[in-house]
Amino acid sequence: MAGKRGLIMGVANDRSIAWGIAKAIHAQGGQLAFTYQGEALERRVRPLADSVGADLVLPCDVTTDESIDATFAAIGKKWDSLDFVVHAIAFSDKEELKGQYVDTSRANFARTMDISCFSFTAVAQRAKAMMPHGGSLMTLTYLGAERVMPHYNVMGVAKAALECSVRYLAADLGHQGIRVNAISAGPIKTLAASGIGDFRQILRWNELNAPLTRNVTIEDVGGAGLYLASELSRGVTGELHHVDSGYNIVGMLRPESAPELTEMLKNFSKSES
Amino acid sequence: MSDVAERVKKIVIEHLGVEEAKVTEGANFIDDLGADSLDTVELVMAFEEEFGCEIPDDAAEKILTVKDAIDYIKSKSA
Repeated sequence: MAGKRGLIMGVANDRSIAWGIAKAIHAQGGQLAFTYQGEALERRVRPLADSVGADLVLPCDVTTDESIDATFAAIGKKWDSLDFVVHAIAFSDKEELKGQYVDTSRANFARTMDISCFSFTAVAQRAKAMMPHGGSLMTLTYLGAERVMPHYNVMGVAKAALECSVRYLAADLGHQGIRVNAISAGPIKTLAASGIGDFRQILRWNELNAPLTRNVTIEDVGGAGLYLASELSRGVTGELHHVDSGYNIVGMLRPESAPELTEMLKNFSKSES
Repeated sequence: MSDVAERVKKIVIEHLGVEEAKVTEGANFIDDLGADSLDTVELVMAFEEEFGCEIPDDAAEKILTVKDAIDYIKSKSA
């Protein structure tokens, strides 16, 4: 990644998935810029940016065009082009990330879609102008977009729209050599995940039912992010790449592949009889 | 069990970057130690990692002071 420059949007702290990707790209010599939203996050992002030698650390509120314009203008002053963007931004009212989807409000639906889906398109609009030689855009999504997961609710709907927007953006920008992909990461205990109800149970369920019988780490996702940002994935666009220990392919594992679950089921049938 | 108190205080000092003297048992994370709402979530995650326990959301919301954290962790590991 030596000589490549990219923007990382959505690092909150050192547990963030975007940070896992940033570290992987930095380790291969990529040069990074970071954005943050608000002072509380700035305080967390700056030391991390310093640790990878990034001096472009900019505010960006993705809910306004002016703010996104200002961010890209500031990048344009320092860099004449951009090679990749990592978008790891989402938001929903925490109260609607528990309980039932059917209770979603109009206001939170619109806000969730704006920040979690449209912001990627808004970023792509600016980024393409800075990618005259092509580039790579990637966003983060979750299986809750494809199937029902507990409490994911309106965020699942927004992620489904985000995944669809990845395909449309890939089609629109392909002729400029700009690739657009999404990483669907398995559950990881991040600051954002702390807003999702019963997250521990989701983690445990994933661990017990995934072919690799473990949860993924931000380093695992970092490897996939590095691949998508780099020339190694030059033939890949519009793709939804799962980094989830294989959980998404499973209907049910063979009992011997999931010994802990099998044990639980044995106890269950005993109590039934 | 004073070990729990020491470990809790160490996490608080490191995470919030505050002086050891300020981290008394009665210290409130937000009012006395300058934590923001994200810090309180991060502290709970750090406690869970350090002590290998799970602190559910409704319990986490009640952990407002250093003593609250120590008492909760002691009650779970007793």
